Amino acid sequence: MKLNERSLAFYATCDSPADNAGFLYKRGERHTAYHRRWFVLKGNMLFYFEERESREPVGVIVLEGCTVELCDSAEEFAFAIRFGGTKSRTYVLAAESQAAMESWVKSLSRASFDYMRLVVRELEKQLEEMRWGPAAGRPCCRHAPAAWKPQPSGPEQSPERLPALPAVPPKENGCAVWNNAPGTDRLPDTTSCDGSDDDTNPRPPPLPPRRRASGGEPGSTGAATTESSSSFYRLHERYGREVARLRQEWLKRQRDHQP
Amino acid sequence: MLNTHKPLPTHQLFSNQSSSTSQVLALEASIILKYLLLWRSRQAAVQLTSLLCRVRQMLKKRLVKLVVNFLFYFRTDEAEPIGALLLEHCRITKEEENVFSISFIEEPERKYCFECDSEEQCQEWIEALKRASYEFMRRSLIFYRNEIQKMTGKDPLEQYGISEEARFQLATRKQ
Repeated sequence: MKLNERSLAFYATCDSPADNAGFLYKRGERHTAYHRRWFVLKGNMLFYFEERESREPVGVIVLEGCTVELCDSAEEFAFAIRFGGTKSRTYVLAAESQAAMESWVKSLSRASFDYMRLVVRELEKQLEEMRWGPAAGRPCCRHAPAAWKPQPSGPEQSPERLPALPAVPPKENGCAVWNNAPGTDRLPDTTSCDGSDDDTNPRPPPLPPRRRASGGEPGSTGAATTESSSSFYRLHERYGREVARLRQEWLKRQRDHQP
Repeated sequence: MLNTHKPLPTHQLFSNQSSSTSQVLALEASIILKYLLLWRSRQAAVQLTSLLCRVRQMLKKRLVKLVVNFLFYFRTDEAEPIGALLLEHCRITKEEENVFSISFIEEPERKYCFECDSEEQCQEWIEALKRASYEFMRRSLIFYRNEIQKMTGKDPLEQYGISEEARFQLATRKQ
């Protein structure tokens, strides 16, 4: 199978910080002798080099769908990375100390893409709940052009949750985040909640984390929803107008009933 | 696929380097990646899209499947992938209509071009691929962690006991 191994090698050796690095003994596949190799963990990939100074890794283990466990071995501080399936192999590694072994087992068992995605989704959910969660009484302002504020009671009850937005079929990959403007990797600062916006030139409301339509099992595919910021903006604007209209009607009714 | 070289024998991997180290690296990775594909196929409904890929100036139909941070590609009638692209440190660019390309930071002039059925499909893929890297997810996590900490004064990772994990740290990360 072809692979862009140059990219693999680049990822292994570029100066982005590693999630773990150190010497480990690796048991050979055919022979049971252990070889000391320099291991570098980046993301969900465990690279190993013949020597620490080697410019290219000699191997890589993609840490998806595997389990990391301690194992019985003549070698001290041994642990194994096990893949399922009849044809895949088990990698037996040994650290040079108890502490090193524990550190590696921990970092390897949390290295999968799925795990990262799980944590990201969890934080996204928390953030969403903080922004959109019980909306009544929350002082947070929204900068919709209709310039409305959520009211705690009365007929102009603001909708607290937007209906689930349609999702496109998932493409089995990572998760959605804020700003996907091409070329910018920086995520925008969205915590500003000041009311000092100019009404004649309102900013579009800050984007919440994208919703996911998935069932939520850890192994399930992530839905890469692609609703654009403009469709959210329109939806938000529509609700804003509706609330403003209801408020007008209520005010009018109040006035009409005044003696 | 997607280059102007003459066809390489299957055991050789498409790269300008032919060092044995690269070959060993890629062979090792191949085995695991094939397992990954199989494992993922069992987990969820297989989702393949067929796209046209520019191969030696010709357009060839390929099935592509995005699994974690790898893009697998297949001949339309084969179950085994022809190859996979690691999607780290890459740039996804919209080319002409319905077309996007993937290029890698260490070889920016080499573009892997894909033609979609529609502009919509093209945008879908661009969005999905941009978010496909592990590094991108990591940045998102750090961002959310920071946001929540600013809003609540608490580190949301503490409850999971992973606050000190190297991979979630802000300060040491280069953006």
